[in-house]
Amino acid sequence: METPLEAQPVKRPFLTPGVIVLLIIAANGLIWSFLRFYLGLGAVTNLDNQHPWGIWIGIDVASGVALAAGGFTTSALVHIFHREDFHHIVRPAIMTAMLGYTFVALGVMFDLGRYYNIWHVPIMGNSNSVLFEVGICVMTYVSTLYVEFFPVVTERFMGRVHMHGLLRKLNKITDLTLRWIDGFLQKTMFFFIILGVVLSCLHQSSLGTLMMIAGHKIHPLWQSPITPLLFLLSAISVGYPMVIIESLTASKSFGLKPEMDVLARLGRFVGPLLGVYLGFKLGDMVIRGTYVYLMDINLESIMWVIEVLFGVIIPMRMFFWDKVLHSRTLLLAASYLAAFGVLMFRINVFLIAYTPPYSFKSYFPSLGEISITLGLIAIEILLYRVLVLIFPVIAQPAKSIKPKTKFALRGVIK
Amino acid sequence: MGSQSRRDFLKTAGLLGGTMVGLDVKDARATPKNVLTDERKGVLVDTTVCIGCRRCEIACKEAHDLPVGPLEQYDDRSVLEVFRRPDTHALTVINQYEQDSLQQALDVKVQCMHCDHPACVSACIVGAFSKQENGAVIWDQSRCIGCRYCMVACPFQVPAFEYDKALQPRIMKCDFCYDRQMDGKLPACVEACPVEALTFGKRYDLLEEAHRRIDENKDRYVNHVYGEKEVGGTAWLYLSPVEFEKIDFPDVGTEPVPGATEPIQHALFKFFIPPVSLYALLGGIMWLGKNNKNEEEE
Repeated sequence: METPLEAQPVKRPFLTPGVIVLLIIAANGLIWSFLRFYLGLGAVTNLDNQHPWGIWIGIDVASGVALAAGGFTTSALVHIFHREDFHHIVRPAIMTAMLGYTFVALGVMFDLGRYYNIWHVPIMGNSNSVLFEVGICVMTYVSTLYVEFFPVVTERFMGRVHMHGLLRKLNKITDLTLRWIDGFLQKTMFFFIILGVVLSCLHQSSLGTLMMIAGHKIHPLWQSPITPLLFLLSAISVGYPMVIIESLTASKSFGLKPEMDVLARLGRFVGPLLGVYLGFKLGDMVIRGTYVYLMDINLESIMWVIEVLFGVIIPMRMFFWDKVLHSRTLLLAASYLAAFGVLMFRINVFLIAYTPPYSFKSYFPSLGEISITLGLIAIEILLYRVLVLIFPVIAQPAKSIKPKTKFALRGVIK
Repeated sequence: MGSQSRRDFLKTAGLLGGTMVGLDVKDARATPKNVLTDERKGVLVDTTVCIGCRRCEIACKEAHDLPVGPLEQYDDRSVLEVFRRPDTHALTVINQYEQDSLQQALDVKVQCMHCDHPACVSACIVGAFSKQENGAVIWDQSRCIGCRYCMVACPFQVPAFEYDKALQPRIMKCDFCYDRQMDGKLPACVEACPVEALTFGKRYDLLEEAHRRIDENKDRYVNHVYGEKEVGGTAWLYLSPVEFEKIDFPDVGTEPVPGATEPIQHALFKFFIPPVSLYALLGGIMWLGKNNKNEEEE
């Protein structure tokens, strides 16, 4: 038996060469952000009246939501299907999803012309609008993720509230509040866990409905009545690969032993999930007869082949192969390919498939758009590092064997 | 202990579940009205009559407080050689098409079609677009959040966005001179047209008139009133001597655009049955698994 693992704050310095590179990318993004909010969308983006949505919607929002699917898939696996053997990966998965959705919300704010009116959405919402459903679900789900993560915060600070100066008087009451919240969440967490999964299923699929209203402007390869289902299936299939990428990258960055046996077992789910997704995707293609569009060699057909071949078929074959599941490099590569497939699917639906009826020029993201997208991703990774240094998220060998008092399963199983 | 926490589980589930459904129902209350009365107005555009004088462009700008610029520039015919679309500076524009089959060039005025089942109204996240009883599709600037989903949805790619503004950018499109119509006046472009290429009236009367013109002048027009059936019908109707794709009218089909998404949306949220059932199903799986676990431990 190995040393038991326990979620603890990682004891590592914040600054590394990689972090400095990320800080530079983030700073560049911040400069462009300033220009975007000071000068308006036209000054920074290549968007026009024919191409109203660019990479901020296609990548930051649509792909961001899909690639944050690790949160609900993992919490469903562990808490709803009671696969306790995966519980070490729940906290990092929830935290990554929380960060991912936070940055989806931030990405939306960059893209909205009147971002300061975002509060209109819950009070003026139009129930016919797919975007309204996506918006409300994402808003509710991001709050749910904060609730799901909060026990980690209470665990970190309960009994350790030592504020100084005038705030000292508040120490006791803060501690009591934390304990009360912790007790409350222990009793009610199951509600938020199920809610999170339901909300995820709703908005992951509705993201696929989003472009259907563009009708003839969407290339037939992607304009399918089952796009919502394909979006949901692809999001579910990419959840575990994202958890694997996150876990392997973190263990390398922090010099920890990769949890290969847990990840290999997790990887076993991915092949069948990708298979189901691929089955529906190809079945839809056969039924609608859209394979004829693959006979023409053009941007759309090439992008479709890249998406399906490199993003679905090859990773699916890899995940069915034991050698891949037990090799760190190959498992990481297969997971990256699965994530790439979903990223391409979203980019294809939102950007490549979209052809306006009157086009003066085609859309390609500007330097400003790319800088802000990269900047947001860099800040997200930096925040991940900050949070795992502060909070007990990543499972590491426990220094002293203590009774498991506060594991992640609170409220569900005592 | 086991039964105690199981009861807690059910109690809390019921309580919180009820709260959630209650909240969602409140959120989903506002659905934009779409009143299609027989009285709704429209405009019949006869492209064979239009002379491309661009008086409608000037009148439109004056009616909507847009900079008109020196009037001489509107006599410059070279503008017509470049294909234009309505944008934030001009809500209507005229394009000219040279046709071999015709003796003279064809002038086509374009603006918002004011669909009977508008995609923008269905798409708008905050209900800023609405179809009015007189047929106009208008935009409410006090609601808009600037997401530009209307532009994604519009089959004619009409709404334009003020990309150059950092604050209060507007969605700009023809509003069928809604305010003027409320005052009993004609739309500015119709009033300005010197050759009566534009006919304003009830949509039903205009359709009759369009078909009468086609029937009486079979070699003058193609037998197609663009807007009669397109995307379920539009308030603006066009007559043309050539096939409409030759003058850049997109083939948008006859199904209303919102018909693709609204049924999915409504099926998913019919009395919240699918989300609530999914919730119950997952809760059931979780609870059963928990029971098994408790029994193993006992």
